[in-house]
This record gives sequence, structure tokens and C-alpha cells, in this order.
Amino acid sequence: MSQPSISKSMTIGESGLAVVFAVTAFLCVIASAKALDAPFAFHAALSAAASLAAVFVIVNRYLDRPATLPPAEINGRPNYNMGPIKFTAFMAMFWGIAGFLVGLIIASQLAWPALNFDLPWTSFGRLRPLHTSAVIFAFGGNVLIGTSFYVVQKSCRARLAGDLAPWFVVVGYNFFILIAGTGYLLGVTQSKEYAEPEWYADLWLTIVWVAYLLVFLATVIKRKEPHIFVANWFYLAFIVTIAVLHLGNNPALPVSVFGSKSYVAWGGIQDAMFQWWYGHNAVGFFLTAGFLAIMYYFIPKRAERPIYSYRLSIIHFWALIFLYIWAGPHHLHYTALPDWTQTLGMTFSIMLWMPSWGGMINGLMTLSGAWDKLRTDPVLRMLVVSVAFYGMSTFEGPMMSIKVVNSLSHYTDWTIGHVHSGALGWVGFVSFGALYCLVPWAWNRKGLYSLKLVNWHFWVATLGIVLYISAMWVSGILQGLMWRAYTSLGFLEYSFIETVEAMHPFYIIRAAGGGLFLIGSLIMAYNLWMTVRVGEAEVQMPVALQPAE
Amino acid sequence: MKAILSVHNLASELVTTIWTPVFVAIFLAIIAYAFWPRNKAVFDEAAHLPLREE
Repeated sequence: MSQPSISKSMTIGESGLAVVFAVTAFLCVIASAKALDAPFAFHAALSAAASLAAVFVIVNRYLDRPATLPPAEINGRPNYNMGPIKFTAFMAMFWGIAGFLVGLIIASQLAWPALNFDLPWTSFGRLRPLHTSAVIFAFGGNVLIGTSFYVVQKSCRARLAGDLAPWFVVVGYNFFILIAGTGYLLGVTQSKEYAEPEWYADLWLTIVWVAYLLVFLATVIKRKEPHIFVANWFYLAFIVTIAVLHLGNNPALPVSVFGSKSYVAWGGIQDAMFQWWYGHNAVGFFLTAGFLAIMYYFIPKRAERPIYSYRLSIIHFWALIFLYIWAGPHHLHYTALPDWTQTLGMTFSIMLWMPSWGGMINGLMTLSGAWDKLRTDPVLRMLVVSVAFYGMSTFEGPMMSIKVVNSLSHYTDWTIGHVHSGALGWVGFVSFGALYCLVPWAWNRKGLYSLKLVNWHFWVATLGIVLYISAMWVSGILQGLMWRAYTSLGFLEYSFIETVEAMHPFYIIRAAGGGLFLIGSLIMAYNLWMTVRVGEAEVQMPVALQPAE
Repeated sequence: MKAILSVHNLASELVTTIWTPVFVAIFLAIIAYAFWPRNKAVFDEAAHLPLREE
């Protein structure tokens, strides 16, 4: 089979990327030398080192590989590319544990402020964005990129497009996380919630994200399956909308190309409106559309049942797309935003009940005829409970967007409780369920190392979520009611510090809940590690899947 | 300049007025597509897609 006469040469991608990274490394060294502030110098040096490492890895990979690239098909069957998927699974678990841990630290700081240690780098204000970005973008992002690369290959029956491009996406994305996270600790931020990274990190993410879109689209285009499966629609909506949101919210003018500080292009209420158009659709398209794609692929697959209603999935998809983008103003109730805009945001938020619950019903009813599996398969239980949490938090969200409800809930812990019922219950559990499926599939294992440990993870984490969200409901409503309590003479009944004191016990309960959730993720990491290390290989692995050379 | 502005105003008014019916029409077309009897076979097949891959 092998033809030694084929001379080996670098592909355009390999040589091009190696040159680009070499030039980038040189430019970053200059930027580091001319830097106006220390964090920028650090980031430029880090980028220079990473670029040099990239050149080294690309050349080394070329020297090690056979003359021809891996074929798209072997014996008429797709030769799936699992490498980048394995990388994201590993990174997701790493960032997940880091993000949950930082969450536990800042929850503890709220209960015991001494834990701020009076140091700038460990203060709540810097650790909070580290927590939110680590769990949403680092953990959630790696899960989304990894599962999307898996689902698009399998449901299109085609190998992932590109040779280096998928690696560029997964490694480049994680490098963005590294720049963003270290930046927060060093005080680099543009102070926009969920869009804290400064201009240079934003530019890098734009390049990575466009590459992601191209890899995904190119794989869909070369599909062998005529129909584009609904999960791919959700993934595509997620990728395209995040690109639009990122570009829309981040136009800023750097003070200097050698400094980290920049100023946003527009100010005042326009900036606030843009920010929450971005912020809410980060929830809608990153934390919802992307994870719904996971639901539509992993639940049928794990339950071994078809999607309950494919028609509903189409209507669900388009209703979500048409409605979500308008809901942002509910974050700005009773502010300088025009009243009609607030009401518009509220109205669209309430309308979102329909697609959200349509999706939830579709996910749950896929279990029709397989409900008994919930007793025996804790992974499926995790996936299904995540959909139940999705239904619950998408009921709560529209309710909180109603202006009179918002007048009580806004700026209180109720919002934090709501976000975490969605983040821990929905996004967390659906991601855990997906990783529990994905790791044995990607590493070609018969199954997980231990279902018993999954069961432990499920119950420990569920208990943690219940403690977390119930504590925040009580604390938030208490806080809201105390803020608006008047005496018979018309004075405010409570000082601010009295409300803080009243919340103290709930902050401890919340930290305990977060601690349990973290313990659950450690159990999971051990289980997945053992699955890869000692798990039995799938026996019917066709010989053909070995490299052709 | 005045003429350009009035054309611009007219255009923006037209766009802001008609986007609602246009979006509603597109959405209704999507519902029709989803429920079109002839599409049923394709959708039933697609609902099984995750189950029948190698």
C-alpha cells in the first residue's frame, strides 16, 4: 500500500501557519519591550512564547507524520478526527474544576470577607470575572467546541474539515482563556460583564472564532448525509450569533497599541443597551442554543430513542432565534433606558416561554418508552434532570423580567440564584452528561470506569444545587423586601448593613452548596481519568481505522 | 442633501414599518414547512439520525 516514492512536503497550511506564528512571535517580543504597562508586557511575552511553541509543534508534527495526510475515509467509512475533541474534553474538565473552585472561594469571601486577604489579585472584584469566564467560556466553551466537532462529524458522516485548522481552533481558544483569566487577576478589564477581556484578547478571539465557523461550515458542506441534523442548526446559530455579539459589543479604541487600556466606542445608555443585548444573548446563544444542540444529539443517542418531535425541534429552533435577540433590555429595567424599550424587552422575554418549554418538552418526551432507563443509567438521568432545570430556569427568567417582579428581584441575590439554577442545573448537568458520553466514545472505550461514581456525582451535585438556589431565593427576596420596607413615618426601615447581616447565614449555605458541586466534579474527573487509563477498549473496533500508511 | 435625508427617512420608516409583517411571514412559512405533509418522511428519518450512524 505504501508508496515510498511520494515525496513528503509541507502543506500550505503548515508552512503558512509556521511563518505567521514566527512573525507573530517577533512582533510580540517588540510589543513586550515597548509595553506601557506590566500586564501588557506579560501578555505580549506570553504570546511570543506561545507563538514560538506553535512553530515548534507545527514543524515537529510535520516531521513525525507520514507523507500523506489522514484520509477522509477508510474502506468507505468516515475516518473521524478525535484528537481536538479529546483535547477539549480534557480542558473542559480542567477549567471546570478551576472555575467551580474560584466560585467557592468568592462565595466564601462573601460570607467571610477576610478571605480577600487584602491583596489586589485575590480581591472579589478580580476573582468574580475569573469565576464567570472560567465556568461559562472556559468550561462551557470547551464542552461546546468539543461536542460540536463530534456531533457535526457523526451527523454529517464526514471527517472534520481541515488538518491544522481544528487544532488552531481548540488551542487558540484556550490561549484566549489564558490571556483573559490572567488579565483579570492583574486588573486588566474593560468592565463589561461577560465581555471583560481587553481589545487585544478580543482581536485574537475574533480570529479563532472565524476559524471555528469555517471548520464547522466546511464540515457541514462536505457532508454525506443529505439532511442537516437539527443539532447542527443550533451549533451554527451559536457560532454565528456569538460572532455578531462579540463584534457588536466590543468596538473600542486602545489608548496605545502597546498598552492594555482601551475606551469603548460609545458611552452612556447606548453602551448599556449594547452591553445587555450582548449579555443576554450570550445567555441565549452560548448557554442555551449551544447546549440545546447537545440535548438534541446526546439524549436520543443515550436513551436510544428518536427525537420525540422533529417538527417541534424546527419550530423550537426558529422561535428561539426570532425572539431571543430582543430580550436584553430586561436587564435595564428602571434605568435611563427608554420605557418602551424596557417594555419591549419584557414582552419578548415572556414570549420566550413558548420556545423554551417547547424545547424542554421535546427533550423530556424523547424518553418516551425508555423512562425505565432513568433508574439504571445515571448519565441519562443527569441529562434529563438538566432539561428539567432548563424548564425551571426558563420559567423563572421570564417571570423575573416582568417589571413589577423585577422591582423586587433586581440587584438582589435572587438573580444570582436564578443564574445558578440555569448554570449549575442546566448547563452544568447537560455538559457533565455529554462528557460522560463523549469520553468513552472519543477514546474508544466500552463504557465508563464506574457508573456508581456517576451516581455519586449526580446526587452530591444535585444536593449542592438545591442548597445553592434555595439559599439564594430566600436571601434575595429577604434582601429585596428589606430594601423597600418603610416605617410608619416614611423612613427606610433598614440600613444597608442590616440587610448584609441578614444574608450572612444564606451565604454560608450557598458556599456549602458550591462546595458539594465542586466535590461532584472531582469525582467526575477521577472517573473520566480512570475511564481513559484503565477502561476496556471497544472490541469491534475495525482494523481499518488504523492509519492507512 | 435635504433630498438624500428625506429619502433616508422614507427608507428607514419603510424598513421599521414592514419588518414586523416580513418576520411574521417568514416565521409562518417556517411553520408551514415544518407541518407540510410531504416533509413528514424526511423529518421522521432525521429524528432517528443519531441512532443510525457507524
